[in-house]
Amino acid sequence: MPSSVGDLACRPKARRELRTMVRKVTHISVALKSSRLSRWCRQVLVLSLLSMLLVGCTDQAWNDPYRAGKAAGTVFFSSFPERPKHLDPVRSYSSNEWAFISQVYEPPLQYHYLRRPYTLVPLTAENLPEIRRVGHDGRLLGDDAAAADVAYTDYVVRIRPGIRYQPHPALARHDDGSHVYWPLVPEVLGRVNALADFEQTGTRELVADDYVYQIKRLAFVPNHSPVASLMAEHIEGFAEFMRASKAAFEGLDKSGSSEPWLDLRTLAMSGVEVIDRYTYRVRILNTYPQFVYWLAMNFFAPMPWEAERFYQQPGLNEKNINLHWYPIGTGPYMLTENNPNLRMTLVRNPNFHGERYPSQGSAQDRRDGLLDDAGKPMPFVERAIYSLEKEAIPRWNKFLQGYYDNSGIASDSFDQAVQFGSGGEATLTEEMIEKGIQLSTAVETSIYYTGFNMRDPVVGGDSERARLLRQAISIAIDFEEFISIFRNGRGEAAQGPLPPGIFGHRAGRTGVNPVTHQWRDGRVQRRPIEDAKRLLEQAGYAQGRDPKTGGPLILNYDTPAAGPDSKAMLNWYRKQLKKLGIELVIRATDYNRFQDKMLKGTAQLFSWGWNADYPDPENFLFLLYGPNGKVESKGENAANFRNAEFDALFLKMKDMPNSPERLRVLDRMIDILRDESPWLFGFFPKAFGLHHGWVENVKPHLMAKNTLKYRRVDGEARVAAQQTWNRPVLWPLAIVLGILVISVIPAVIGFIASERSRAL
Amino acid sequence: MTAYIIRRLLYALPILIGVNALTFVLFFVVNSPDDMARMHLGGKRVTDQAILAWKEDHGYDKPLLINQSREGSAQLTDTILFEKSLRLFVFDFGQSDNGRDISHDISQRMWPSLAIAVPTLLVGLAVNITFALLLAFFRASYLDFWGVVICVGMMSISSLFYIIGGQFLVGKLLNLVPISGYDTGVHAWKFMVLPVIVGVIGGIGSGTRWYRTLFLEEIQRDYVRSARAKGLSEHLVLFRHVLRNALIPILTGVVVVLPMLFIGSLLTESFFGIPGLGSYTIEAISNQDFAIVRAMVFLGAVLYIIGLLLTDISYTIADPRVRLD
Repeated sequence: MPSSVGDLACRPKARRELRTMVRKVTHISVALKSSRLSRWCRQVLVLSLLSMLLVGCTDQAWNDPYRAGKAAGTVFFSSFPERPKHLDPVRSYSSNEWAFISQVYEPPLQYHYLRRPYTLVPLTAENLPEIRRVGHDGRLLGDDAAAADVAYTDYVVRIRPGIRYQPHPALARHDDGSHVYWPLVPEVLGRVNALADFEQTGTRELVADDYVYQIKRLAFVPNHSPVASLMAEHIEGFAEFMRASKAAFEGLDKSGSSEPWLDLRTLAMSGVEVIDRYTYRVRILNTYPQFVYWLAMNFFAPMPWEAERFYQQPGLNEKNINLHWYPIGTGPYMLTENNPNLRMTLVRNPNFHGERYPSQGSAQDRRDGLLDDAGKPMPFVERAIYSLEKEAIPRWNKFLQGYYDNSGIASDSFDQAVQFGSGGEATLTEEMIEKGIQLSTAVETSIYYTGFNMRDPVVGGDSERARLLRQAISIAIDFEEFISIFRNGRGEAAQGPLPPGIFGHRAGRTGVNPVTHQWRDGRVQRRPIEDAKRLLEQAGYAQGRDPKTGGPLILNYDTPAAGPDSKAMLNWYRKQLKKLGIELVIRATDYNRFQDKMLKGTAQLFSWGWNADYPDPENFLFLLYGPNGKVESKGENAANFRNAEFDALFLKMKDMPNSPERLRVLDRMIDILRDESPWLFGFFPKAFGLHHGWVENVKPHLMAKNTLKYRRVDGEARVAAQQTWNRPVLWPLAIVLGILVISVIPAVIGFIASERSRAL
Repeated sequence: MTAYIIRRLLYALPILIGVNALTFVLFFVVNSPDDMARMHLGGKRVTDQAILAWKEDHGYDKPLLINQSREGSAQLTDTILFEKSLRLFVFDFGQSDNGRDISHDISQRMWPSLAIAVPTLLVGLAVNITFALLLAFFRASYLDFWGVVICVGMMSISSLFYIIGGQFLVGKLLNLVPISGYDTGVHAWKFMVLPVIVGVIGGIGSGTRWYRTLFLEEIQRDYVRSARAKGLSEHLVLFRHVLRNALIPILTGVVVVLPMLFIGSLLTESFFGIPGLGSYTIEAISNQDFAIVRAMVFLGAVLYIIGLLLTDISYTIADPRVRLD
């Protein structure tokens, strides 16, 4: 698309338009010259006309938020709702941050894009890690070895040679091998305001040392890695390294250095070792089969030590040039523009090692065209531009105008986008279909649950009375209705703690929670409220009456949802318990106070959620493992549930590979949870995503975030659609102008009359 | 006048100390350092050790107001209040709680705020004065009556309505300008059009009524009657005499808001995606970033004091009868 008169002149049609435009302006200028208007007025009029004609002659829509010419290329346009806090892989732990850094950093493993259930495949590694279990006597054990017999487990990772980092000033070197920007001279520092201002960049090969260096960074306390405490439990020498590196850092600080940089390479971590240039080993205490999933997360992506030393130089942090804002990786993209207040731009990494689109997928994938690009080199998109869009309304409207390639669906826009068929299936509305918009849905690997505080004297504990009360409430709170009213049908009522796609989840008749649901007429149905009333009576609360007071049983629901938007939802909760005659008191508070109550164990009923780190049942069931109690150990077991059999089975299950035996253990664990009912299992949210027809290869993946490389975009189709959908409508302006003129006429007449009357 | 200015600047010091202390108390009534640590470390896998390390790293591991474990003046100086406040008075805002340099962020984000606020102020001023003069000219007529009714109606409508309505009408239905967003340099103009129009229209109701009142007050003065008695036409009376004299309160009203233009508009910036200081403050509040909240409140207080001082000075320029002693 032309952006200037010069560009216009390059195309025949545009040249004709330009000639016509110049002719018109010349005519108008001549006409004005002969008029009685002042010279200044004439100049303003000519300039205004010229600028209006210029705007009118370009192909770009007037409301296009991007600079001319961007939309035609293989560029992916999207938005982000809030600015990321950290882009350092050691610290970043939220999906809005991973949306960026997962395109830049490359851990050794990744998830297969098309295969389900989610499967790990090598990324920078040559193969999946070699896992060696070693017994207490030092002998190698087989895969079927009991966890108690395993002293430690080694994960040996061999990365592919020849992978190179993106161009980066930290890696720029002189001919003699010394680094160009270390130490940084004041003249260079004075010229620099962003990373792109450094004139020289360099690269080097990815080596095993970089992965080891990153694991040490995880253990370095000033980096505040959220997984440090977890890794300290599993990686040999990790906890010791945390203490040693902290002490060394404090020693450095006391020595008076203004910007201390501790070279973590000089300190050893016993459990992490470089075997050769491309191979490293991580030693896990006993066993931790889930560790392999962590190797697919950004926490375990490589970090060149030069980058950390470069960013630690005095003066750079004051300009916000640091590892939190300028990542350095080997991935398909590099972050070239980081303005988290406005826009983030990812550009194809010229040094990317290359990767081919997966060739294996299901028959459905083939039908959906997801295998059309099988075997082709990735990435397909040259550039991705993400704009900060905090409010849902402008975000949605810009998607409909074609300026964002994809979008979620806010509640306000749901009815405009989606309708449900007679069978309950979600389909797009006519308006969306006409625009060629596509819908993709997937049940998330997350759960929203309502928990009972098991330390509470009324609803908690292992007494029969409390158990029956919890079961009765589990039936009464109708999450199918909740999903329909508050989620626009975007969810699936949970029958247990494990979402679909996680080993141990059972669908259909075998997956029914017999406490709350039953299988009737070929589908799952919630038990009638009479069953709940019967259980309540058995618990000693006939018709919801508290025998101690004679009045209705009063329960408290603690929630951080204090805003007016939540009022309907909270009333709904109240009505659900009213069905049993129970009075629910809503104790709304801010999130800080809510957290405080949970930590002190003073809540009674509460709602919470969990989003899986990795697709393993351990990552959900640990939320109910006794020693993880929120009050006892400030862990993630918010219900403070403790059951000896469940805890023993959890310890057994977490170390088992997926097998029929593990499934049996999981079944038993879930039966215990259903019977004890420390949670109302709530629902598994369903993600609804929209994308325009010009975006290809979209398949929802709830584990992988490095999916930009699979996207393909037809820029020409996008430009055509944008022009069709965004033609400026000028006639209402003419009407407004006319109304203004008409309304001014009486004023002018009045003014003249008034002037004349006084003159007389 | 110099002595007056120095005196006013010295008065500002206790005000700034008070504002800073109040911000501190209000912030920490709602949040504790532990809450802040949890917010910044994320919702998952946050251990006590991690919270402690974060607090140590960010200087929130000390008592808030009084350090009982220290002696003498250190009881007051070795506290979060003292350590976080002292540097503000030399405009050293330090780093935000997520590690960004606040001074650098402010220097970057004040320009988009100004790019929207300055044209909104100037165009708004011109439009409001024009309408107010028109209503004053046709005072006590049907035009004046309906003009005031419309102004009251416009004042009663929430600014959010103007923003969302403007985006829907101009950006979505008419496709004339982008609904939201921002760009740098000359490319910023098309993103400024709609916020400026919305800002001007949103301010017409109150601005026009206020200026109309000023003009009507002036119109009833003796000198206006004398001017009319001399045979001057009504438009000359309005433009030469009434407007000139009514400009004094208008001018002082404008001068007082000039420094505040830097701070930007919270709602407008948030809805139009303008990366200014208004949205910066909103983000900081929602992220419980005390370092930024404190810096922005302090900056706002300083600018407000400067605005009031400039107002006093502008009085002496606009009205030679006023002396600052």
